Amino acid sequence: MRIAILSGKGGTGKSTVAANLAFSLSQTMEVTAVDCDVEEPNLHIFFPDGDVAEEEVLTLVPIVDPDLCNLCGECSRFCRYGALVMGLNGPNLNPQMCHSCRGCRLVCPQDAITEKGRGIGKVSISHPLSGLTLITGTLNEGEVMAPPVIKKAKEISNSGQLTILDSSPGIACPVIETLQDADAAILVTESTPFGLHDLELAAEVVKDMGIPSGVVINRSDGRDQLIGTFCKEKSLPVIMTIPFDRKIAQVQNRGDLISRLDPSWSEKFQELYRKTSDLKEAVQ
Amino acid sequence: MKICVTGQGEGLQSRFEERFGRAPFFTFVDDENGLESLANPYTDGSGGVGPRAAQLIMDHGAKVLITGRLGDNAANALRSGGMKVYTSGGDQSVAAVLDEYRAGRLQPLQ
Amino acid sequence: MIKLAVISGKGGTGKTMVTAALADLNQRSQVLADCDVDAANLQLLFQSQMISREPFHGLESAIIDASQCRACGLCQELCRFGAIHNGGVYQVDRMHCEGCGVCENQCPEGAITMAKVQNGELFVSETEKGTLVHARLFPGSGTSGLLVHKVKQKAEEMTPHPSWILVDGPPGTGCPLISTVSGMDAVLIVTEPSVSALHDLRRVVTVCRRFGPRIMVLINRYDLEADVCQQIHDYCDNQGLRVIAQLPFDPQVIEAVRKGMPITRFDSPAGKALLHIWEDINSELVANERGRGEKPLP
Repeated sequence: MRIAILSGKGGTGKSTVAANLAFSLSQTMEVTAVDCDVEEPNLHIFFPDGDVAEEEVLTLVPIVDPDLCNLCGECSRFCRYGALVMGLNGPNLNPQMCHSCRGCRLVCPQDAITEKGRGIGKVSISHPLSGLTLITGTLNEGEVMAPPVIKKAKEISNSGQLTILDSSPGIACPVIETLQDADAAILVTESTPFGLHDLELAAEVVKDMGIPSGVVINRSDGRDQLIGTFCKEKSLPVIMTIPFDRKIAQVQNRGDLISRLDPSWSEKFQELYRKTSDLKEAVQ
Repeated sequence: MKICVTGQGEGLQSRFEERFGRAPFFTFVDDENGLESLANPYTDGSGGVGPRAAQLIMDHGAKVLITGRLGDNAANALRSGGMKVYTSGGDQSVAAVLDEYRAGRLQPLQ
Repeated sequence: MIKLAVISGKGGTGKTMVTAALADLNQRSQVLADCDVDAANLQLLFQSQMISREPFHGLESAIIDASQCRACGLCQELCRFGAIHNGGVYQVDRMHCEGCGVCENQCPEGAITMAKVQNGELFVSETEKGTLVHARLFPGSGTSGLLVHKVKQKAEEMTPHPSWILVDGPPGTGCPLISTVSGMDAVLIVTEPSVSALHDLRRVVTVCRRFGPRIMVLINRYDLEADVCQQIHDYCDNQGLRVIAQLPFDPQVIEAVRKGMPITRFDSPAGKALLHIWEDINSELVANERGRGEKPLP
């Protein structure tokens, strides 16, 4: 089972939920947590222990053989991303603009173009706890192609066991890549108009993709009518409510986990998992 | 030698455009007083417009470009193609910018 | 003209709340741009009235003409983005198509064409604190950086010579952030004393440094975790970054968001602190602008 954790808005406590869920479940079963927020991966902060193995993430970029190139310019005319431009001495590549479509290679009449890998990020794998595997995707700073890094991180996790996917905020392509093949999603929100606005966006995405979902209200001050009404309208069950509490905030801010310090929270997160599994069952 | 100037419309009397990659028109003039304006297909493009526009004007045979501002990607593309780039600015016609260039008053882009 | 972007690295640190407060305190002409196109929230803090909306077209997408397709499967085989599926007929999944044009170019039947598709909407609203340009990206669109660019461009067109362009930025360090920071005079990074926020602060500073804006740091809810707050100060000192202010944790901030108003309209600790922050930023950036004006043109 693959559970994706997302939120339209950043900072709602998505990683808090992912980390606590991973910790709590690792007490009784094997679980893999994948940090798909590759621009700002944060799960590792909660699980610093264990040796880390790293794999580089490569994307393919063209290389031009100057002996074969006849400067015809077909490649640069084809490239829709402006990544290849004909200079006086042949095509020049701006690798960060290349989407690896290999169109230039296909259109070159001289067969002068081959491809090579270029590093854009890495995937780190560790075993911080006996029941937990942590996989972190990290996009190199200044790079823009997050989806290949997410894809690689997910591929490594693909072993059929319970997997928790911590998504990036928002609703753009990295989130879609994370949600791909997820069995259920947990939408984390907070009970403010900001939280509601962004929950609406996230709800639209999971609905489009047909992924059964439930809502976690974080930092609740008990006045959750706004979110509650929306969830009722959209038939999205609220599967957990975490109250606002300075102590919880402090634990979190220090990089610690409430479920590690307080077993009653560990139980609550296990309950969250059961409710999430039920969402999937209800669909099948 | 063909010179390309970015413009808001066609011809020499249209207003000079400071943007390069998303300039509405490229106006080309050559030594024989040949004149041609080309609508920029990339004004609404979705990325990579600077280098693509650079490729377009180089394919058109320009050796000199006069524009207002351009990004690093476009500048690198033009440099690799051996283009000379000059910058100008303000509210003036394409013809006036060309006069400035011919009088040697424009700064080359470093 | 002063162009200031409020950004954060990590989401949820209070970026939009700070942007709205600065906009509320500014007495000079300004235009507001919400560049968090994934989740534009700035308009929720003002009385905003939409005056125009227009479609946003991002990348092109492939379209397969079923009447010409002979189901050879070459397009599916060649597509590097996994965007072509065969469910009886070959179809393009727009959420995955990156508009490269390989399938169009290679289809032996000429059955595929590329066409512009709408990826979102661009809005202009009037607020009590000036014109606000904002946008909505359709789910799954890969062109948020371009939409950010359009929002900034529209903001510049809307008000010919504003004294300020105030930008509410996106979280993260990817293409929308890069698109936001490019061309800014200054960025105000709103962070908070959490290990995650410090981690993201480091990444966002690295990216901003490439664009050379003046970088200022604001620590929100500084009193929630003293140790991590000190680590942020140490990091900033090390990097030569100025922490211009600290905002206390203030429950009235949530009340203000609930009421849909900037916090500066409430008599509250955070509202008062923001008044000082505004005076500080204003004098620093105005002095900087004058300094620039006095320099001979290159």
